[in-house]
Amino acid sequence: MKRILLLTVVAVLLVSLFYGCTPKASQPVTLVFAKAGDAVELDPADVTDGESVTVMNNIFEGLVRYKPGTTEIEPWLATSWDVSSDGLSWTFHLRQGVKFHDGTPFNADAVVFSYERQRDPEHPFHKYGKWEYWGYCFSEIAKTEKVDDYTVKITLSRPFAPFISTMAMFTVNVVSPTNCEKWGDQWFAHPVGTGPFKFVEWVKGDHITLEKNQDYWGEKAKIDKLIFKVVPDASQRYLALQKGEVQGIEFPNPDDLSKIEQDPNLAILSQPGVNVGYLAMNVGEDTPGFQKPFGDVRVRQAINYAINKKAIVDQLYKGTAVVAKNPIPPTLWGYNDAIQDYEYNPTKAKELLKEAGYPDGFKTQLWAMPVSRPYMFDPQKIATAIQADLKAVGIDAEIVSYDWGTYLQKTENGEHPMALLGWTADYADPDNFLYVLLDSDSATVGSAGNIAFYRNPEVHKLNMESQKETDQAKRIELYKQVQQIVHDDAPWVTLAHAKQILVFSKKVQGFVLYPTGDYHFESVTISQ
Amino acid sequence: MKNYILKRVLNLILMLFAVSIIIFLLVRLIPGDPARTLAGEHASLEILETMRKKWGLDKPILEQYLIWLKYAFRGDFGQSILTHESVLKEILQRFPNTFELSVFAMIFASLIGISAGVISAIKRYTIFDYTTMFIALFGVSMPIFWLAIMLVLLFSIKLNLLPTGGRISVYYSIKHITGFYLIDSLITLNFGSFFNVLKHLILPSIALGTIPMAFIARITRSSMLNVINQDYIRTARAKGLPEKTVILKHALKNALIPIITSAGTEFAMLMGGAVLTETIFSWPGLGTYIVQAVNARDYPVIQGAVIFVALIVAIVNLIVDLVYAYIDPRIKY
Amino acid sequence: MEEETLENEELVISESFFGESFRALRKNKSALIGLAIIIILIFVAIFAHLISPYSPIKQDLYNNLKPGFWAGNFKNFLGTDEFGRDLLSRIIYGARVSLSVGVIAVIIGIFLGSLIGIFSGFYGGTLDNILMRITDIMFALPSILLAIVIVSVLGRGLSKAMIAIGITYSPQIARVVRSETIMVKNTEFIEAAKAIGAPKLRILRVHVLPNVLSVIIVYTTLSIGSAILDAAALGFLGLGAQPPTAEWGAMLANSNHYITGGYWWVATFPGIAILISVLGFNLFGDGLRDAIDPRLRKKM
Repeated sequence: MKRILLLTVVAVLLVSLFYGCTPKASQPVTLVFAKAGDAVELDPADVTDGESVTVMNNIFEGLVRYKPGTTEIEPWLATSWDVSSDGLSWTFHLRQGVKFHDGTPFNADAVVFSYERQRDPEHPFHKYGKWEYWGYCFSEIAKTEKVDDYTVKITLSRPFAPFISTMAMFTVNVVSPTNCEKWGDQWFAHPVGTGPFKFVEWVKGDHITLEKNQDYWGEKAKIDKLIFKVVPDASQRYLALQKGEVQGIEFPNPDDLSKIEQDPNLAILSQPGVNVGYLAMNVGEDTPGFQKPFGDVRVRQAINYAINKKAIVDQLYKGTAVVAKNPIPPTLWGYNDAIQDYEYNPTKAKELLKEAGYPDGFKTQLWAMPVSRPYMFDPQKIATAIQADLKAVGIDAEIVSYDWGTYLQKTENGEHPMALLGWTADYADPDNFLYVLLDSDSATVGSAGNIAFYRNPEVHKLNMESQKETDQAKRIELYKQVQQIVHDDAPWVTLAHAKQILVFSKKVQGFVLYPTGDYHFESVTISQ
Repeated sequence: MKNYILKRVLNLILMLFAVSIIIFLLVRLIPGDPARTLAGEHASLEILETMRKKWGLDKPILEQYLIWLKYAFRGDFGQSILTHESVLKEILQRFPNTFELSVFAMIFASLIGISAGVISAIKRYTIFDYTTMFIALFGVSMPIFWLAIMLVLLFSIKLNLLPTGGRISVYYSIKHITGFYLIDSLITLNFGSFFNVLKHLILPSIALGTIPMAFIARITRSSMLNVINQDYIRTARAKGLPEKTVILKHALKNALIPIITSAGTEFAMLMGGAVLTETIFSWPGLGTYIVQAVNARDYPVIQGAVIFVALIVAIVNLIVDLVYAYIDPRIKY
Repeated sequence: MEEETLENEELVISESFFGESFRALRKNKSALIGLAIIIILIFVAIFAHLISPYSPIKQDLYNNLKPGFWAGNFKNFLGTDEFGRDLLSRIIYGARVSLSVGVIAVIIGIFLGSLIGIFSGFYGGTLDNILMRITDIMFALPSILLAIVIVSVLGRGLSKAMIAIGITYSPQIARVVRSETIMVKNTEFIEAAKAIGAPKLRILRVHVLPNVLSVIIVYTTLSIGSAILDAAALGFLGLGAQPPTAEWGAMLANSNHYITGGYWWVATFPGIAILISVLGFNLFGDGLRDAIDPRLRKKM
């Protein structure tokens, strides 16, 4: 009797080894995509992180969008728009016959609701969100009004050259007002938009399931089901892809790329991203993390000389990035290629430190994010490499890390002396880098985008001029000057511009990479 | 017997109170505003205010504890800072995963540990005995996270037989009824999922079961040696009973008592101590939950999950003691 | 149940006690192997700076993830890690870290545990009750979990990890020490000392402490092994040693990535180092226990 039981157990175990290696074919066409992290929220206006955005790209749409694979603007939920001659008043003509997933018609009311809830503190739905991006990128919007059911007028408080580019951002995607009313403060977990995919379920920390929107107004999606599976470990993601458990992954380990290239079943999609990974040195004397040495430009330059960026890019990024010499990437217009980067020169670094009065270096902290980011796949590793480079010139840096949310908060407060961070463009304009990350306007303690707290009045003047300027050629000149000043002042060590890399099973066709790092799955097909 | 049980249950309750006090105090020892600690760095002023009101954070510490206790009795351990979900709900979602893994690990540990221990005892001072005992010593000296890595290296990567981690492959879906994947897949007659879940259980169970296996093997051996030299075994042998009957029916049965006790304690510890194994195999259990919470400073979760683990450990220990009392007539209450 | 009666001769520590133990130990081969491992470990830890071929934190990015002697690389005998640091040197320096963490954590544990145990056993009554309930609570949680929670309150880092591990070890030691104390306390020579009016603390120091010492010695040896394991576990979880410290557990922290990439050596050798060291302490501890006090067998 017992022996039979034992045999059964063994048999079951053995069968389980070989059973069910392939999924059944009769299932709906499903694509499982492994992500590095879970979404934080699914309200397009209330998120700041890429993991949430890449999911929402498929659920929500805005008035305009980027042409697939480019940074060119094209009409989308708005079919056309007019601008007043002073550049202050924008009238959008909306597409008719579009419905939200819950059946609510898309019209001017929905657009006004989506925007005004973010802008107007008196709006009944304002209290349900933090609306951080509205503050960063849309503070120039004075008002959004309904003209008629399918016409909306947006009034700006000042001319803002990148305005139409910003309108392609997720923050101004349009949400269903009836759905927001239904869920109140829990709406962020029950998204309803107009996009090609509908939200089905969200098991936090595990997966988000979307399904094809059968009533989509445009060309319908070609797959039935889209699952975003959370697999934080890069190696696990790669193994899941190898075994066919998922059909696509993001952020592969650079070390695995050579093996992936040799795999006949896998295809690597890659293109230069519009991003930058950097080391910010806190120069803000009013911040709690400020250390005296960083107030001296010679120290900051010394650190620039001390770090072997090329080795980091070659050996740790493994060619998945290019060395950065400017805050903006070479793929973006306005890039100043005339700038001579600080070369790797520890001797010079030591000399500069000596001149600045720190011949024996000093003790400090090096903050590093806890999570993989598109612009920096493994910040802890990069931090360890930088730590060793700094040690070689006498600077003792202790690596400090917090969970991602706390990290952002604390760096915005300026509690760090040195911190790694990066940026992926929301809209393709140098303004999105040089104003958001390096202008004195963005260096407010507590909500800083400029976490070096670098406040150069000259940079601010040039940024402001460029925001008002409509002539592209003039704007390029202004931004080139900004880059030169930033290079000389060295508030950052610009580390790398990472390539955007996704790996798909060869069965998956038609995925288009966006320079902004968005994921759109409506064009994707799977061959069996 | 009744009195004994009552006494033990009372003891258990007292101990849980004590654990709750200590954990409660620990979380409040963390420098900074407790409302901020409990609500997270990103919380708005309004949330902080409701937090202060709900948990009485402006009141004296004793009162705070009583308020906390009141909610805890209703199953309200607060909300996770990270996910905004009820802590108890998340714990109950994850507990079946840890439980299933622990049970499998224990089955593995007991099967191998007891057999090896028995054979070692019979063949005392042979090569088999020395080898087994040396392997057992290896088992307790090995970092289990390293063993897990080596298992993955061999079985998942080199031989490509078993999955590297996770609970179930993503393309299988399971209807959640009990939360126990094996049971759920069986009662819905979803055999594909059932075998898939089973496959995911093998490597983590081996990794997690190795230390208990080593302990059980050592205890079985010494317990068997103790018993084998007793008079009644000699009598049984003298009566001419076959050796197999003597060993299995007479000796092992009596040697089992200490084995059960130590296996029970080990099992209790596995439930909360599967932190490392769960981390390596990305197992969505209580262990990974607590590690994530520690990394994210998600204090409501740490507080709730630790008390839950203490409760489980205490209950399992209680059951073990009761079983022990039941099978060993020598115990007086 | 701890108050079992014992023959008196077992309690008196005679001059020959250690001598006898030592003779018994010498016959125990596995204990000698254990001792040899420990001595080598201590040697390596002390002279790490002399025997290690390179600095454990010297980075050489263009020489990273190189295989070692099996691929004919005798410059880096065990290969290099992803920062191009020499793995052998890191393992050698790791011995220093692991050994000191193990020893210091156990000393903290012994100090706390003995303090609790001796006071609890000697004074008895309410104090005993309270102290024993506290140890009960600590027993209710798996030690690694308890250590994680303590680190989450103290903050991460090597020294915090030592304290956390020390605290988790104290209740076991407290219990053993307490039962020994009670046993010793009830014996005649203490009664005699009490009778002639010796102050309590003096009795504690002169008579009780030496008697529990043998227990503590055995316990220390066995605990150092598990303390090394626990410290490695905390390092592995990123809660213990911080970069660039060469600590065996932390060296394994990215292992998933190494094994999929084919750099198995980075994930293998630190583990073997942990295994051998812990094995050494366990072998020696087992032998020591058998030699010093066969009666302890049942208790541990």
